[in-house]
Amino acid sequence: MQTIDTAIIRIDNPQVEIENLNLYYGASQALDNLTFGIPGQQVTALIGPSGCGKSTLLRCINRMNDLVDGLRLDGVIKINGENINDPSLDVIELRRKVGMVFQKWNPFPKSIYENIVYGLRIAGLQDKTVLDEAAEKCLKKAALWDEVKDRLHQSAMGLSGGQMQRLCIARAIAVSPEIILMDEPCSALDPRSTSRIEDLIRELRGEYTIIIVTHNMQQAARISDYTAYMYLGELILYGPTQTLFTMPEKKETEDYITGRFG
Amino acid sequence: MTKKFWRQGEPFVWATGLALSLILFLTLLLFYVVLVNGLTVFWPKKVALATLSDGRYLLGEIVQEEIIPHTEKKRLQFKIGNRDLYGLDFKWVDSSEIASLSYPENIHVLERLEFGNFYGYLSELEVTGISPPTSGSNSLTQTIVALDARKNEVNRLGKKIANLNRRVELIDHRLAKARYDKEENTPALAALKGEKHGLKTEFEELVSILSQKAAALSTNQAIFADANGRTKGIALTNIVRSYQPNSMSFFAKCSYYLERLRELFFDDPRESNTEGGLFPAIFGTVMLIFLMSILSFPLGVLAGIYLREYAKDGWLVKMVRIAVNNLAGIPSIVYGIFGLGFFVYGIGGGIDQLFFPERLPTPTFGTGGILWTSLTLGLLTVPVVIVATEEALGSIPPGIREGSQALAATKLQTLTRILLPMASPGILTGFILAMARAAGEVAPLMITGVVKLAPALPLDGVFPYLHLDRKFMHLGFHIYDIGFQSPNVEAAKPMVYVTTLLLILIVLVMTSTAIYLRNKMRQRHSVVDV
Repeated sequence: MQTIDTAIIRIDNPQVEIENLNLYYGASQALDNLTFGIPGQQVTALIGPSGCGKSTLLRCINRMNDLVDGLRLDGVIKINGENINDPSLDVIELRRKVGMVFQKWNPFPKSIYENIVYGLRIAGLQDKTVLDEAAEKCLKKAALWDEVKDRLHQSAMGLSGGQMQRLCIARAIAVSPEIILMDEPCSALDPRSTSRIEDLIRELRGEYTIIIVTHNMQQAARISDYTAYMYLGELILYGPTQTLFTMPEKKETEDYITGRFG
Repeated sequence: MTKKFWRQGEPFVWATGLALSLILFLTLLLFYVVLVNGLTVFWPKKVALATLSDGRYLLGEIVQEEIIPHTEKKRLQFKIGNRDLYGLDFKWVDSSEIASLSYPENIHVLERLEFGNFYGYLSELEVTGISPPTSGSNSLTQTIVALDARKNEVNRLGKKIANLNRRVELIDHRLAKARYDKEENTPALAALKGEKHGLKTEFEELVSILSQKAAALSTNQAIFADANGRTKGIALTNIVRSYQPNSMSFFAKCSYYLERLRELFFDDPRESNTEGGLFPAIFGTVMLIFLMSILSFPLGVLAGIYLREYAKDGWLVKMVRIAVNNLAGIPSIVYGIFGLGFFVYGIGGGIDQLFFPERLPTPTFGTGGILWTSLTLGLLTVPVVIVATEEALGSIPPGIREGSQALAATKLQTLTRILLPMASPGILTGFILAMARAAGEVAPLMITGVVKLAPALPLDGVFPYLHLDRKFMHLGFHIYDIGFQSPNVEAAKPMVYVTTLLLILIVLVMTSTAIYLRNKMRQRHSVVDV
């Protein structure tokens, strides 16, 4: 087996710390001894060929993997210094702190308004004025307000794909998370919608910690501050996007980044 | 050329179309037969006077006409009625024996409480106590209406007596309980006995008054003559309705038709169910379906939710799923037998042992009743609801669940706020199928609580209002009963069609309501994928 020397930078005061994380689906290992830190209020991109474990890692951060049968995990993930796999930790509290946007947009078959306030209602909020304000604020943040303000109470199913994905982002923002996980949010969108979402991610940067999985190298280069390159469950490279994309330190990465691999 | 023909699937398209047309044809034929026969039953038919070649007369409705097998001759079937005079309701007459047919305007048709219809001529009225009406074509109807007040009085007395009876029965139950508990000589017991005695005296007084009044009322009679001049006195109280079909105008016929419809929907049956209304059967059918739904729907939905959302997918769940699917294939009579053994004798018998031991060996719950029938039908339809619920939940894209849980919703919140509303149209579809199946079942009902004639409805104004232990009437069973078990099958035939039509209508109304609700939900909760 070829030895891979890794180049992983250390982050001071990371918001998300991953230490010696191993993850197994039954007998096969999906994540192999990952250790790195993700800085707060920055955009971090996870890249790598299909099946390298990017999405699996992402879903560990809000414990979406809890729903998967036959999955085993060891190692530690800390958010703000707190171990999220601690049995005493309430997974509902965690998910309130860590929002998620999926590859395939998944608005609920309810009105646009009800989609936005769903998380707030779940959290027990009922005051209509508060909900109205939150809905407006989030839709504005997600750059969707102007397009939907006249049909807030119509079904979200009438929106276009790109609009639905921005609605899903707005919905995630509504519960005021600290971290937003995005799992290839643009992979099913046309270039125009993609660029609108990229603009949105750039705007949200600074307020939220965004961790995004993407297959699109140019996209990672355009929107992220840090990039982690994974291969076969291992973290190969991790550093500031600028450095990583201008001076690929490894041949493999260079091949992948330039599109000759993966 | 032929190869291309086969490859393009032209014959296949024809085969699919043919299959559908065949099914449509058979279904429409069924509906046509039921509709044509069912809707015309209440339209007043003309009464023919046949002068026979031997000089005698025959009066009746011509029911059908057919060619005598192996000959050229025809014969006619007459509904001659007057069962008390002739013993038969129907008669076949060869057309060669009929010298002439006419439709005299002064023929009366009487619908009676006993002995079926009467066809004949009115000769005179013997009335006491009310001023004899001016003679005219509808003097009979006028007299009958004039007697209404007195008839109602008798009916009220009858109801009072029935009420007294019920109160005596209640006291009897309490006395039996006291006897069972070995209570003797307590003041409460003495009071009960005294009350019963008082009720009994009152009862006897009322009965004698009633029989006097009824006897006085029944002396009011009309003398009728049949086709050949034979006279017959018919008590006016025995006449439900009289009309002269040969002189009726179109509007009179319409109003007669509406009156018969009203009777059908709101009155009790007469003449071993072959005449009169179907109210108890309609009521029983609808109530059965409601009770069945209330019992089976929540159970089925909950079981479906558990199977799909909470049970760990393993061989056990797979076995359960196969078993549930196979439940639908068990003959319904087997469910009936199970219901009889488990619900009626097991649970019902147990309830009697525990709560009504003093009434044994007379069963209270340990005999067929609407509760046990509903439970049996519920058991029969619950697999349909389970499968529909499972399928509906399973067809929701997994992304929706993840989306909800990623927004910090618990599994229960996801289920109640997102998944169930989305699954509701599918669940309702299963519910509609279950309801339609339940409405059409007869076999399991026959052994768990349906009767030919129920003395009281399972829901009435007497405490505790809802009598789940009571036996009830049902349209499906009614069809079987009057069609095949009636002493006078020929006379019952029209009623079979009417009952069938009514049952189909009720199922149609109930399922359409459910379909309407489902479509509304579908509009609200549908996932349109882009």
